[in-house]
Amino acid sequence: MKFGVVVFPGSNCDIDCYHALRDVMGQPTEYIWHKDRDLSGFDCIVLPGGFSYGDYLRCGAIARFSPVMDKVIEFADRGKPVIGICNGFQILTEAGLLPGTLLRNQNMKFICETISVKVENANTPFTNLCEEGQVLNIPIAHGDGNYFVDDSTLEEMQVNGQIVFRYCGPDGQVIEGRNPNGSLKNIAGVCNKKRNVLGMMPHPERCMERILNNEDGVIIFKSIINYLEGGGIDG
Amino acid sequence: MDKDLYRKVGLTCDEYEKIKGILGREPNELEINLYGVMWSEHCSYKNSKPVLRMFPTSGERVLQGPGENAGIVDIGDNMAVVMKIESHNHPSAVEPYQGAATGVGGIIRDIFTMGARPIASLNSLRFGELDNSRTKYLFEHVVAGIAGYGNCIGIPTVGGEVYFNDCYKGNPLVNAMCVGIIEHKDIKRGTAAGAGNAVMIVGASTGRDGMGGASFASTELTQESQENRSAVQVGDPFMEKLLLEACLELFQTGCVVGVQDLGAAGLTSACSETASRGNSGMDIDVSLVPRREAGMIPVEVMISESQERMLVIVEKGREDEVTAIFEKWGLHSSVIGRVTDDGMLTIRDKGVIVGQVPAKSLADQAPVYHREYREPGYIEERKTLDLNSIPIPEDMNEILLQLLGSPNIASKEWVYRQYDHMVRTCTAVTPGSDAAVIRIRGTRKAIALTTDCNSRYCYLNPGVGGAIAIAEAARNLVCSGARPLAVTDGLNFGNPEKPEIFWQFRQSVSGMSDACRALGTPVISGNVSFYNETETDAVFPTPIVGMVGLVEDVDHITTQAFRDEGDVVLMLGMNKGEIGGSEYLKVIHGMERGAVPELDLQTEKKVQECCLEGIRKGYVKSAHDCSEGGLAVALAECCISGNIGAVVSCGDGLRKDALLFGESQSRIIITTSPDDLARVEELARKTGVDCLNMGHVGGSTLEVAINGHKEIDLPVKDMEIQWREALKCIME
Repeated sequence: MKFGVVVFPGSNCDIDCYHALRDVMGQPTEYIWHKDRDLSGFDCIVLPGGFSYGDYLRCGAIARFSPVMDKVIEFADRGKPVIGICNGFQILTEAGLLPGTLLRNQNMKFICETISVKVENANTPFTNLCEEGQVLNIPIAHGDGNYFVDDSTLEEMQVNGQIVFRYCGPDGQVIEGRNPNGSLKNIAGVCNKKRNVLGMMPHPERCMERILNNEDGVIIFKSIINYLEGGGIDG
Repeated sequence: MDKDLYRKVGLTCDEYEKIKGILGREPNELEINLYGVMWSEHCSYKNSKPVLRMFPTSGERVLQGPGENAGIVDIGDNMAVVMKIESHNHPSAVEPYQGAATGVGGIIRDIFTMGARPIASLNSLRFGELDNSRTKYLFEHVVAGIAGYGNCIGIPTVGGEVYFNDCYKGNPLVNAMCVGIIEHKDIKRGTAAGAGNAVMIVGASTGRDGMGGASFASTELTQESQENRSAVQVGDPFMEKLLLEACLELFQTGCVVGVQDLGAAGLTSACSETASRGNSGMDIDVSLVPRREAGMIPVEVMISESQERMLVIVEKGREDEVTAIFEKWGLHSSVIGRVTDDGMLTIRDKGVIVGQVPAKSLADQAPVYHREYREPGYIEERKTLDLNSIPIPEDMNEILLQLLGSPNIASKEWVYRQYDHMVRTCTAVTPGSDAAVIRIRGTRKAIALTTDCNSRYCYLNPGVGGAIAIAEAARNLVCSGARPLAVTDGLNFGNPEKPEIFWQFRQSVSGMSDACRALGTPVISGNVSFYNETETDAVFPTPIVGMVGLVEDVDHITTQAFRDEGDVVLMLGMNKGEIGGSEYLKVIHGMERGAVPELDLQTEKKVQECCLEGIRKGYVKSAHDCSEGGLAVALAECCISGNIGAVVSCGDGLRKDALLFGESQSRIIITTSPDDLARVEELARKTGVDCLNMGHVGGSTLEVAINGHKEIDLPVKDMEIQWREALKCIME
């Protein structure tokens, strides 16, 4: 299975995603420069974290106009998996591939720490090896991770199972006290209706190896590989 | 010419005469400005040079010592670590966010200028006490500035220190350190050689920001300084990220002869220093420099400190390769001149020569001053401490909690939670332990990094204080499983023209040098920041030590956290009950005085060797240095990190407060499994180190008995809340 990691000017988790996929997961992986327009041959596209274009206007607002994004949208429209992590999530919402938006953290500060998230939907290309309700410990590192969406869309998303991860306590309890950034309903990750596009603020690529004292992120990438190899998801 | 112009640019009458002698004529206005910035203390080290010669700067692992953009130390297998620390104190006092941000940006440039990929940042910060809104504002915005720049560029901020003391109220210290990794064959130097080679400026365009910042850094802060905001640069981390990637890509082409970042004194220092190192000259035209503002005159272009710019010397005929790479990254690259062989820095404006001076005279011929020095009167007075006048507190639990909640000891999580310390996925030990540890991808190795300085010790006894700063930094690295390799120093002092300040400076450097020699850690780069004074007073002497160590195998990585029920708690070294200059004395008794702890460098060396050997053999399960707050605080930190209690006892006739909170040096708390106890004790005997069996790990409380009486009995949870929440409570 071939993975593509998109590099925007200002991406800085591109090498981490590349390393996670190639060295840890052992998958063929290539960087895709943001001006490239050819995504043929790729099975999954990763939009990595970072500060594309410095995030000077609004996170992801400029990157969405990069030439590669038209092709990422086509790729997603064909039902192929696209995962956006952190800044990648922000770009996906700006590009209209995912509903909602990411606002400044409620405390107005950048937050970097390992946090618990609960898998709300284990029936996606990205979580199919998880148990529903499983708690994963994954680092966050962002200044704009406060997810917001209007009420009617939220309701629709809940019905469709589009809320994939929520911030929670170590015991899996989704409570306000475990919400690091003010996200609506503790939302940490969402997918589109077809479930082939995922955006998440936590960084699974940062917890893939024993030396980093945390390997909880592996299950996300394993799930994608499982899905691509035909270990499908239900309906 | 205005006769007082030389004064305005910060030169003395004698210096002006010397310039006339060099040129054989009166300098014009542009030229006098070049000398003004290049002969400032910040660029020339004219006051500090003779003293800095005391430092040991060589060793078998040193690939590059002081004098370049950064130092380089070998870590084996053709890999090396590049590192440097630099101050950005005065800009941060005036404009804390941008001052700190550009401090980070500048030090990162120093690292990739050497050809290295920056892999980690650290910092060392000093502020006044957090009892007023101005200090809180400075603290909050300095941290935000460091976060804003470091997070965006994607280099993890993995460690550092923050201390609060009234002496820093008007003049905070912001020292930023960066570390990079490089293969030996890729090392670049700031040298301009080969007549006819192209001189190119790449990166951001040039504006009027940061005019004369080097001179601004070389005077005391006054009321007017607050108005001098145009001397503070504005950072653009996104631009620097592009510049970093473009430069590293460019270096791979092999067309680069030399490279230097444009930091203090901008184009002036980059041109004159590279030419001087290459024994060559340079002929440049300022009209070819891309501008972001209209109407800039040549002198403004020459001394602007606009950020995110580099000077690159490129082989003649290969300029297009540079242009192609920089265009890909959306950056400027312009040929502004050529290397010459006449030794002159020739500056033109649209072809017409507007200034011409010997490059070496700017870079290397600033006068050197042997300043007067005199022991300050306070030294004798502060030495005395009548122990009998200090009441022994009743409730040691209360005292320990108070110390754990004091800003200098409390957890700095409020700070490092704002720094992305995990990006690049190499941070094996995150902030909060003795040192940060970064693995080297593709190898079994890792490097350990720390910054350290107890400036109260340095104030009370600069010689011993300086030595302790080195010893403690090394001890921190050893506790993490690393062998200390090399030092970068950030020397922050008051006005060197005052004999008392210069005495502090000399003593500190002398003490540091002794410790560096004893512990085998040469100084490979550094920075001197003088004039850290306001109208009322100077800061404590603050010689910050940045140190790197090598972990030979990632299996050796060790933290302070107590691990398993039943592990034996041992102390390497001796409790001597020294409370002079301690945090306990300051926080509980409101005194900053007394004799600072003794430091015997041979003992220190043995303790470190014993600990490292124990770690490498796999006997040591945790290791933590005893520092501020002494034994009790160190034990509490081990418990909190490991989320487990301990039951220990000690006592040998010392006052119980001195035993619990005294800050004797050369002490490390280690744990070992009962099975390895005899081996550790044998190792200690063999290396000649005192090894005290204090008790064991277990339960959920920390219990410390002294001479049979239980003096500390606290749930780990209670200690943790106090320690973890203190700084956050003050700031929010």
